[in-house]
Amino acid sequence: MPQPLSYLKETPSQTAGPYVHIGLTPNLLGNGGIFPQDLGLSPIKPGAKGEKITITGQVRDGAGMVLRDALMESWQADAAGLYNSPSETRGTADPNVIGWARIVADFDTGDWRLDTIKPGRVTLPQGGTMAPHISLWIVARGINTGLQTRIYFEDEEEANATCPVLSRIEHRGRVPTLLAKKTGPGQYRFDVVLQGEDETVFFDL
Amino acid sequence: MTDAPSTGPLLARNRLWHPPAYTPGYKTSVTRAPSRALIALPSTLSEETGPAFGRDMLGELDNNLILNFTGEPAQGPRMIMHGRVLDEMARPVPHVLVEIWQANAGGRYRHKKDGYAAPLDPNFGGCGRTVTNAAGEYEFLTIRPGPYPWPNGPNDWRPMHIHISVFGSGFGQRLITQMYFEGDPLIPLCPIVNTIPDKAAIESLTAPLDMQNSIGMDCLAWKFDIVLRGRRQTYFENRKEGL
Repeated sequence: MPQPLSYLKETPSQTAGPYVHIGLTPNLLGNGGIFPQDLGLSPIKPGAKGEKITITGQVRDGAGMVLRDALMESWQADAAGLYNSPSETRGTADPNVIGWARIVADFDTGDWRLDTIKPGRVTLPQGGTMAPHISLWIVARGINTGLQTRIYFEDEEEANATCPVLSRIEHRGRVPTLLAKKTGPGQYRFDVVLQGEDETVFFDL
Repeated sequence: MTDAPSTGPLLARNRLWHPPAYTPGYKTSVTRAPSRALIALPSTLSEETGPAFGRDMLGELDNNLILNFTGEPAQGPRMIMHGRVLDEMARPVPHVLVEIWQANAGGRYRHKKDGYAAPLDPNFGGCGRTVTNAAGEYEFLTIRPGPYPWPNGPNDWRPMHIHISVFGSGFGQRLITQMYFEGDPLIPLCPIVNTIPDKAAIESLTAPLDMQNSIGMDCLAWKFDIVLRGRRQTYFENRKEGL
């Protein structure tokens, strides 16, 4: 017998279920009085440097139905491409950019909205520079393991063309599913399609 | 133990160990499962970094679900839920946020969309949070949740469970899962449990009764360790092309 590999196995994922809001956004649900406020209300604080943007969208299933029980989390760099994280070793991020937010689909319409700043390009230590993007993690009833995707911006054509992540998508016709559409100054639209025609690209990163 | 920040590439997820997306026994997954393959890449700084949460944001009763809703004690079997957050290398993951939510002792959730006949407990909210200590340990005081029926098959019941959300040091370690209780006969019948193909993986979600940490004349304890993705330790490559 060779020596055993003693690594542990990652705890298996399970769906967040229909009542994820009880735990992660109790005040929004109407269960006040436990925590003073919900976590992740905004990824930025007043004074954050960078272009203020708003992204709106919906999450749809394979039958075209809008999810009204989806919960998402976003994670992004500041305007200079630095993350506000103890694991960031390239420099110190803008203290007014937290970078992380919880985004909850409206219980009645399924619409969601993220008010933030446009992130900068992130240069990788091993080489290459990623185009501006916001990482998005989606959980809901029926989703067994949280889905990872990224919001890129259609008006960042030059950066998108050289992004080492986007360029690894072999089916080039699917790349536009990751591009937020510009609908006005500082306004973007990003719909997530879980399944079927125009299915959003999901990552295993 | 060192407080040096965690850096470096994340180990790839073993997707054969986790539940696949399409699991028809759990009906809602049928239209919510991507039909195309995931695009797999080595982790980048976007996954290797993540938000930090301090213990200073916590209130005194945040991890005490028996008292944190109204201050009056909730009804049901009192229990301690405790354990450690580790990574795949068995290193403790300190200072990370652990959030839980659950039904009350009768299997009823405090959520406007739960219409189950079992009554709400006026003193039970069903949500708690804590931050792991320097050794990666966490602890909650709560009520053991009851099983409840759900509209999947005509007579499907969820086993007793507590939902858990955990952060690591990197956003790519983000995990939501459910803890089950040793000996619950509903576990092998549950379509959500059975989205997991590997029996050993299901067992890793089942908390053992922990008499050593139970308190006589007060409450039972259940131990649940959580393992997050690890990070690779050596760097021989210098990929000029980026990824």
